[in-house]
Amino acid sequence: MHSLLLSADWGLIIEKMVLVAIIIGVSLFVAMYETYAERKVAAFIQDRHGPNRAGPFGIFQPLADGLKLFSKEEIVPNHSNKFLFVLGPGLAMLTAMMTSAVVPWGGHIHAFGRDISLQIADVNIGILYIFGVVSMGVYGVMIGGWASNNKFSLLAAIRGASQIISYELAMGLSLIALLMMTGTLSMHEIVQQQMDGRYYVLYQPLGFLIFLVCAFAECNRTPFDLSEAESELNFGYHQEYSSMKLGFYLFAEYVNMFISSAVMATIFWGGYDIPFVNDSSFGLNHGANLLAILQVLCFFAKIGIFVFFFMWVRWTVPRFRYDQLMKLGWKTLIPLAILNMLVTGFLILLRQNHWHF
Amino acid sequence: MQALTSRAKVVGRKPMTFLEKLYIPVIAKAMGITFGHIFKKKPTVSYPEQRRTFSPVFRGVQVLNRDEEGRERCTACGLCAVACPAEAITMEAAERLPGEEDLYKEEKYAARYEINMLRCIFCGLCEEACPKDAVYLSETLVPSNFNRESFVYGKKELLIPHPLKEPEAYARARGERGS
Repeated sequence: MHSLLLSADWGLIIEKMVLVAIIIGVSLFVAMYETYAERKVAAFIQDRHGPNRAGPFGIFQPLADGLKLFSKEEIVPNHSNKFLFVLGPGLAMLTAMMTSAVVPWGGHIHAFGRDISLQIADVNIGILYIFGVVSMGVYGVMIGGWASNNKFSLLAAIRGASQIISYELAMGLSLIALLMMTGTLSMHEIVQQQMDGRYYVLYQPLGFLIFLVCAFAECNRTPFDLSEAESELNFGYHQEYSSMKLGFYLFAEYVNMFISSAVMATIFWGGYDIPFVNDSSFGLNHGANLLAILQVLCFFAKIGIFVFFFMWVRWTVPRFRYDQLMKLGWKTLIPLAILNMLVTGFLILLRQNHWHF
Repeated sequence: MQALTSRAKVVGRKPMTFLEKLYIPVIAKAMGITFGHIFKKKPTVSYPEQRRTFSPVFRGVQVLNRDEEGRERCTACGLCAVACPAEAITMEAAERLPGEEDLYKEEKYAARYEINMLRCIFCGLCEEACPKDAVYLSETLVPSNFNRESFVYGKKELLIPHPLKEPEAYARARGERGS
C-alpha cells in the first residue's frame, strides 16, 4: 500500500487539484457576472440602462445580489421531504459543475518543469460523459419539484423533465453525424482536428443549429423555460425555495449556460484554437505559455459570444406553448437530425469510395 | 356577412409550412430587431443626477407668501379652506396686537395654518381663491417621509423665508414665479 502511494505521481494529483479549483472558481465567477450581463443585456435590448448604482456601471451588483440571497430567511416547507429538498439545489449545482471536467480549456503550459494540460480529464469518451452528466441535470429539477410538496412545483418539474429528455434525443442524434466525421469521442482530439481553422460548424451547420436549440432546452432557457414559467406556474420547481438554495438553482442555470457554451465552442467552433492563426507555428515562435494564454483567452471570447447569444435569444423570443415545444422537439428536430445523419453518412461513404457510386 | 368597418381583416388559418414550423426565419428577423435596440438612445432620466424641467404651469407644494417688507400676507379669511375640494386646509385666526405691525400685514392673521399634503390634490384652487395673494403653489414636490403626521404642513414648513432677513432663501423659494 505504501509503495503504491509513494509511486503515485503526486505532482499530477496536485496539478489536477489546482486545475479543478481554478476551473470551479472561474465557472462560479463567470456565472456571477453572467447574472450581471443578463440584466445589462436585457436592459439594453429594452432601451434601459440596467443596474448602474452599485459601483461604476453597477459592476458590484452581483455581490449585492449574493449578499441579499445569503441574508434571506431560509424556509423549508413543513410537509416537504427535507432531505430531498436540500439535495435538489445541490444536485443541480453539482451536475452543472461536473461537465467542465472534460472541456479542454487550452493547450499546454510549461511550468515547474512540467507539461501541464489545461484539461482536467482527457477521457476518450468525453462527449458520452457530458451526455451522462447533462441527463443527470434532470434530477435537480425533478427532485426540487417533488420535494417541495407543491402542485405547481411538481407540474413544472414534470414539464421540465419531459422537455429535457425529449431534447436530449435530438441533441444526441445531431452529434452522431458529427462523431461520424471526427471518429473520436475525446474532446481534446476533436479540438486538435479543428486546429487548421476548418471548424466543424462548416461541415455540420444543420447539426450545429439542432445542437444549439437543444442546448437552450437543456439549460431551461427561454424560449424553453417552461419549467419555471412565472406566469403559469408561479416560478415552477423553485417556487418553495428561498435564500441561497434558490440562489443555487439560479446559479446552476448560469453555470449550465457557461458550460454548454464551452461545449458548443469546443465541438463546433474549434475550442481553444485561435482563428486565422496557425497555432503550432505561433507556439514555436513565441513560446508555448504565451500560446496557451492566448488560446484560453480565445476560448473565453468564443464562450462569451455564445453566452451573449443565449441572452439575446432570451430577450427576443417568447416562451413556447407546451404542445409547440413537443412538436418542435419530436416532429421537427429529431427528423432533421436523422436526415442530417443520413446525408452525412452517405457523403462519408462516398468520399471513402473516391466519389464513385 | 357584411363587414362592420372597411379595416376588417380576414385572419388566415392556413397550416404552417415546414419553414414556418422551424421558426428560424422569424426568429432571425426578431433578433435583428432586438439587436438594433441595443444601440438606440435610452429615454431614461437618471433621476437624482438629472432632473426634468417642470412645465411652466406645474403646481407643487403651497407657499405662504410675505409682502416686500416681510410681513405675512395671510389674513385668515378662510376662503382657501372653503375653496379646497379635498378639504386639506385648516386654519385658526388671531388678532394682531399692537407692536406686531411688522409681522402681519392685516389686523387679523393666521395663528395656525395647516395643509395636509396627503389630502391635497394640488389643484391650485386655494391660490385662485386667495384675495390677498397669500398662498400660491410653488415648483417643488412634497418630499417623501415615513410617518403620516409629518405630511401635515404647518406655518413652519409653508411660510416663505423673510425677503429682507434671508434674501437668498427667499429668492430660491420664490423661484421663477411669484405673486
